Amino acid sequence: MRERSYRAAIREALLEAMSADERVFLLGEDIEYAGVYGVTKGLVDKFGCDRVIDTPIAETAIVGGAMGAALMGLLPVVEIQFADFIAAAMDQLVNMVAKYHYRTRTPLPLVIRAPAGAILSTHGSTGPFHSQNPEAWFAHTPGLKVALPATPYDAKGLLLAAIADMNPVLFLEQKALYNEKGDVPEGIYTVPLGQARLAREGNDLSIITYGAMLSPALRAADLLDGEVDVEVLDLRTIVPLDKEAVLTTARKTGKILIVHEATRTAGFGAELAALIAESAFEFLDGPIMRLSSPDAPVPAAPELAGYYLPDVNEIVTAVRRLSAY
Amino acid sequence: MDKETLLDWYRQMVLIRRFEQRSAELYQQGKIGGFLHLYIGQEAIAVGSIAAKAEGDHVITAYRDHGHAIAVGADLNAVMAELLGKQTGVSMGKGGSMHLADVSRRYWGGYAVVGGHLPLATGIALAEQYRETENAVLCYMGDGATNIGYFHESLNLAGVWQLPVLWIIENNNYGMGTSVDRASAAPILDKAKAYGMNGEQIDGMNVMEVYETTQDCLQKIRDGEGPQFVEMITYRYEGHSMGDPLRYRTKEEVEKWREDDPIGVLERHILDEKAADQEALEAIDGEVEERIEAAVQFAEESPLPEPEALYSGIYVEA
Repeated sequence: MRERSYRAAIREALLEAMSADERVFLLGEDIEYAGVYGVTKGLVDKFGCDRVIDTPIAETAIVGGAMGAALMGLLPVVEIQFADFIAAAMDQLVNMVAKYHYRTRTPLPLVIRAPAGAILSTHGSTGPFHSQNPEAWFAHTPGLKVALPATPYDAKGLLLAAIADMNPVLFLEQKALYNEKGDVPEGIYTVPLGQARLAREGNDLSIITYGAMLSPALRAADLLDGEVDVEVLDLRTIVPLDKEAVLTTARKTGKILIVHEATRTAGFGAELAALIAESAFEFLDGPIMRLSSPDAPVPAAPELAGYYLPDVNEIVTAVRRLSAY
Repeated sequence: MDKETLLDWYRQMVLIRRFEQRSAELYQQGKIGGFLHLYIGQEAIAVGSIAAKAEGDHVITAYRDHGHAIAVGADLNAVMAELLGKQTGVSMGKGGSMHLADVSRRYWGGYAVVGGHLPLATGIALAEQYRETENAVLCYMGDGATNIGYFHESLNLAGVWQLPVLWIIENNNYGMGTSVDRASAAPILDKAKAYGMNGEQIDGMNVMEVYETTQDCLQKIRDGEGPQFVEMITYRYEGHSMGDPLRYRTKEEVEKWREDDPIGVLERHILDEKAADQEALEAIDGEVEERIEAAVQFAEESPLPEPEALYSGIYVEA
């Protein structure tokens, strides 16, 4: 297998899709140069600035404009510089994009890519406006799909599936993963939206997670090897949600720990907990537990940021608490 | 203008007026629910500008959208059925009065968030530019929309990319109950200049003037002169929506505007030019009446959507 970074995998998906279909084009701020995280670097040399289109700083016009182009049968892929900034285009997304097909039955093949999540270092974090995980906003809006790839393989395959999908898809790239490497096949392949992946099989307890938390979840499971036999389910997309995979692992182990980077209250973990409680209650051997960021903005200061994200140690501790039931 | 065209415009304007009057009655009878915004007084704008567009051009507007739907030729029965929330409506009863659309006629619809459709207009125009066609977008909005953020982002984007969009401001003097001079820091036309367009202001009660100006603007767009901007001065005789007590304006003001009634203006022109006599116009009024009554009957007799329709169409099924 060939190894590529998460960032390179996304770039490959864009390159493959644009090469295969002239209707695919990119819109975003400074993407001609490379974009803030360098994902679109070099694409303008291959496709020209008619297909790699720099925009003014105008999120509403970018998202609404892409919607108009998608209604016309083009396949726009938008980059919003940081997932936090989608808030500036929220009306377009929630009121226009999400509901158009319901009103008119016109397909709306629009992809919005945005880097999400916090980057913490000993020097501090990216702070309260460049670090958020807004996936629950979108999951709460019928009409949108939401993908959060956790591996380079999925980043490429899910993005190609999102571009091929006739619905609007939010593709939330995980900032913490851009430099992570993994197997990425050449050419076009898709990972279906709505199909979770069993990242690790186990019998005692299930961790349900997605995005950047998959990696610490797997490390925690490895550390607990021989003590607790942990199963890890990576959702890949939260809309559509692979309910069957969630309920299957819940019925199998009877102990569920949900881990996500987003804040806790009304986070997607609450939805998962409700689903399991409603549909697999009689299989449970302990409380459904959640690990998340606290209900607080992402702090910039390093001494505060250090407490913010769930980490391997917290996951290990939570697994031990839950497995004691 | 030739006789047939003038009579056709008269027919369309009376059709819109009577459609709106009948809608108001149905609303008062409880047969139409939700919000209902009437186009009465503004008919010359939709009719005159849509008459000037080419077949490939696009139309998109705000929530006061019945007139545009009728002017693009949407099925009158289906438009009325939509207002009554029936399965046979243009949006299967799911959109209602403010969210009409007829994609087959490139009428992308009415939008209920003020200014929310302006970014879409730029995107549709971008797609036409991407495909190197000659098609343009006619994007309508009220005066109130020129104060919201979408307006500024969209006009800027259209200017930067030289998109084929004609921005049509239907200035009816009030954004809900707030008059333009209380809501806009500068004259509306000045805002066009800020985004590199000259813009012009015309009499939106005169269908001939609306037609000619729209035609000129669309020609400029096709000649590569970039986006264009027209402020059409008009007036709505009714409230912002049904139930508006109209405390923000005087009866005298409304009466004064009625002297410039767009249908009256056209009627006088037709009679002066001897394009038709009073009898011929009355015959058209009669035809319109029949069409409206047929649409009401169709809508009333149409079935309501089945409960399962609640869940259909949220996503495109694979």
